[in-house]
Amino acid sequence: MYKHVNKSVSKIDGLALVSGNERYTDDFSFDNMLHVSVLHSGYAYAKIDFLDDSLACKMDGVVDVLSYKNVEQALYTTAGQGFPEPSPYDTCLFGNVMRFVGDNVCAVAADSKEIADAALKKIKVRFKELKPLLDFTESDKSKIKVHKNDGSFAKIPVFFDPDRNIAAKVEAEVGNFEEAYNNSEFKLEHEFYTHYASHCALEPHGAVSYLDTRGRLVIISTTQVPFHVRRITSHLTGIPISKIRVIKPRIGGGFGGKQEVLLEPIVALFTWRTKRPAKLVYSRKEVFKSTRTRHEYKTTFRVGYKSDGEIKAFHLDALENAGAYGSHALTVLSNAGAKTMPLLNKIENQKFTGKGVYTNLPVGGAYRGYGATEACFGYGQMIDIVCNNLNLDIIEYYKKWCIKAGETSPIFAALGEGKEGVPMTIGSTSLVECLDKGAELSDWYNKYKLYNSSSSYNSGKRFKRGIGMAALMQGSSIPEIDMASAYIKMNDDGSFNLNMGATDLGTGSDTILAQIAAEVIDTPVTNFIVTSSDTDYTPFDTGAYASSTTYLSGQAVKKCAEDIKKQLLSVGAQMLATDINAVEVYDSSVRVIKDINNNVSFQDICRNSMYTVNQFQIQANASAISHKSPPPFAAHFAEIEIDTFTGIIRVLNYTAAVDCGTAINPKLAEGQVEGAIVNAISYSLNENYYFSEHGRLLNDTYGKYGIYTACDIPNINVELVESFEETGPFGAKSISEINMNGALPAIANAFFCATGKRIFKSPFTPESVLNILTKA
Amino acid sequence: MKQKVNINGKCRELEINAGQTLLEALRANNYTEVKCGCNEGECGACLVLLDGKPVNSCQVLVMSVRRKKITTIKGIGSLYSPNVLQKAFVEAGADQCGFCSPGMIIASYALLKKNPTPSEEEIAEAIDGNLCRCTGYVKIIEAVRNTADKLKTNNKPE
Repeated sequence: MYKHVNKSVSKIDGLALVSGNERYTDDFSFDNMLHVSVLHSGYAYAKIDFLDDSLACKMDGVVDVLSYKNVEQALYTTAGQGFPEPSPYDTCLFGNVMRFVGDNVCAVAADSKEIADAALKKIKVRFKELKPLLDFTESDKSKIKVHKNDGSFAKIPVFFDPDRNIAAKVEAEVGNFEEAYNNSEFKLEHEFYTHYASHCALEPHGAVSYLDTRGRLVIISTTQVPFHVRRITSHLTGIPISKIRVIKPRIGGGFGGKQEVLLEPIVALFTWRTKRPAKLVYSRKEVFKSTRTRHEYKTTFRVGYKSDGEIKAFHLDALENAGAYGSHALTVLSNAGAKTMPLLNKIENQKFTGKGVYTNLPVGGAYRGYGATEACFGYGQMIDIVCNNLNLDIIEYYKKWCIKAGETSPIFAALGEGKEGVPMTIGSTSLVECLDKGAELSDWYNKYKLYNSSSSYNSGKRFKRGIGMAALMQGSSIPEIDMASAYIKMNDDGSFNLNMGATDLGTGSDTILAQIAAEVIDTPVTNFIVTSSDTDYTPFDTGAYASSTTYLSGQAVKKCAEDIKKQLLSVGAQMLATDINAVEVYDSSVRVIKDINNNVSFQDICRNSMYTVNQFQIQANASAISHKSPPPFAAHFAEIEIDTFTGIIRVLNYTAAVDCGTAINPKLAEGQVEGAIVNAISYSLNENYYFSEHGRLLNDTYGKYGIYTACDIPNINVELVESFEETGPFGAKSISEINMNGALPAIANAFFCATGKRIFKSPFTPESVLNILTKA
Repeated sequence: MKQKVNINGKCRELEINAGQTLLEALRANNYTEVKCGCNEGECGACLVLLDGKPVNSCQVLVMSVRRKKITTIKGIGSLYSPNVLQKAFVEAGADQCGFCSPGMIIASYALLKKNPTPSEEEIAEAIDGNLCRCTGYVKIIEAVRNTADKLKTNNKPE
């Protein structure tokens, strides 16, 4: 079996992290550094009539101001995606139209943060207030146009119609939905609403820039996408890519929120103009209102089914609130269908229709789950409704109808990211086992029978209990789009440098990618010196998103390590005076297979290749592209208690059985699951964006927003039910996103189990729960 | 201006401004191991010990800590000589992004000093003021519990 993967080794940066030694973006400061503050719009929709920064510029210590007056009005998308980006070019770094409360008015660079903040107050701005568009369900009919005649355009050939506030549109159909639906024995139609959320990574967004000794621009940034930051910053500032170096230091969490290019171009411009280092770190309030969020969604499901439960027709219509700019609008939208609908692949007639619409509200973006979270709320409940209506066992239902190994879904080919998808056959799944395991661990059958609203357990009680479940899928990387690469070189003592573009956000990818290399070469993880995410010193990687790092960057590392292994075997065989086929790597040495005591250490091999004969550097690089996006699968179970007096829902037990292929590092994989589950429960029950009637975010602090603390968490039970994905490194698939998707449907289904009532709108706050309970 | 303080057992002179919070002063004087997550006393990332008591350093003016002993995470243990709690955090996988870890460990350290045999609820309460978005707290609580168990078997105080 494995020696280095599928092992819970500790994170290679662990002790440095917990001793406070590691450095994050804000921990870098430089002599003569400028401090930057940004003035954000207080209006949801307004045109700047007049901006006068002369008083600010006269202040002692103020060095430079950026606004629409001196910044080129180039359009771009803040979405840190591959080129050409599937998100529309609809954003100006500093424009003269403010489209949401939090939009950039201007920025000041000064000798200190205090001076920069004081200078913001001296800037005179006269806004012409416009009536904002705040209800996304009215957006396409509204007379208010968020991006009228501003030159916004789609970079790729997709539907884009700002004149009707449409930021993105996706349509796909297999079979003939309408006909099948009309002919269905039973029909079901429901609308669901999911809400805004903030990623709440503990580290706020920040960027620091300076010029190196040769005048090149160096940017240190809290980014998930260093290579995209380099490209997009160059596009916006005109600084050539060759003159920009982007470094990702340690990152204090991302969850998609840092897959955006927001702050880097601002510090880059200040440094380029003044030749001085510049730092901008957002306050928590700025992170809440001005960076990116989870999109708000309305999903409408129509399901036509037979009395035996077979679904003949399935339609998911998604309406997405893109907010003021279309960052990730198209791709989150398409994933709402692509990461849910293949799950029950035997449905012959399936249709997905979706629109992402502009409003004058905070901007959506990438957020762990990426559309699947939003769609799963309704998807998981619709299946529960079908099973309840027909009195079917939902576990058996999913087991019967879910996609199996060797099967495909036409949705894979029909729904891609801004283009058609990629056909795919499922190579690995343990979803059936996950369903059984989750049912067993949650004591599903006994509890479902006990709590079911038709039983007497809950009747007349103030505290009612229920249990609900949901089956889930996601993907691993974006097929035929994502690319990752790695470079390894060997050092005299038998250690290796592993340099790669892959971006560790705290997920532990530096560690697990080193484990993959270690497994190939058979040398301890501690023998790898890992450098990741420095555009000067590491090869390209699209970045940490789309659940791609383990699966795709892992493939690049594995390929690269296999090349190294060949070189080790070749030099080793020469030193052992034997044939390359007669030797193997074993525990940091090359040995003769049939004479294992006849061996040569990695250290001696490297010394030989560096100093002795036929000298060369043992080194290799490799790239990997993704041809498929193998879904991880999961079954989630939530057991809840509802206080029918207060409306408070408490999750008592939460069980997740998860198929991530081979878990390269089970302990870190479990951590990903637990973190996602708590984020998802907190999102389902508590977190939300509350706006004033003018579109201003009212709860822009941790305290008011209310993410879960250690006191709020339920008993969480995680079981990794492994499968083996042939195309993944040592059988691995992804795990980071999928577990964000279960809490909404599982809790809502548990609520139905307890009360016989459905929740169609999230979050499930005490007020909304009481409303539902008191409704007849 | 300058202010003498005792940080991590050593007497230091900090360069400070009158209105600065302790967090701002510490970070400006290169104690960057103290993190800023919200600057509003709500996330616990900037937690330090003041005379042994955990305090959000963003909520304290630096002028008010004269003659007090300040302990940051580096005063609890270092990369080269980590505290048992720090080791337990790494072993349990309680260290994902690590941004909350210094504050989280300080809160846990203060708890174990006061109560070496805490229940799970007492652990959760002790870190209730420390937010973490990565771990879901499960492995953090496990790390603190493991440390308490270890200290009990070793029967020696921190």
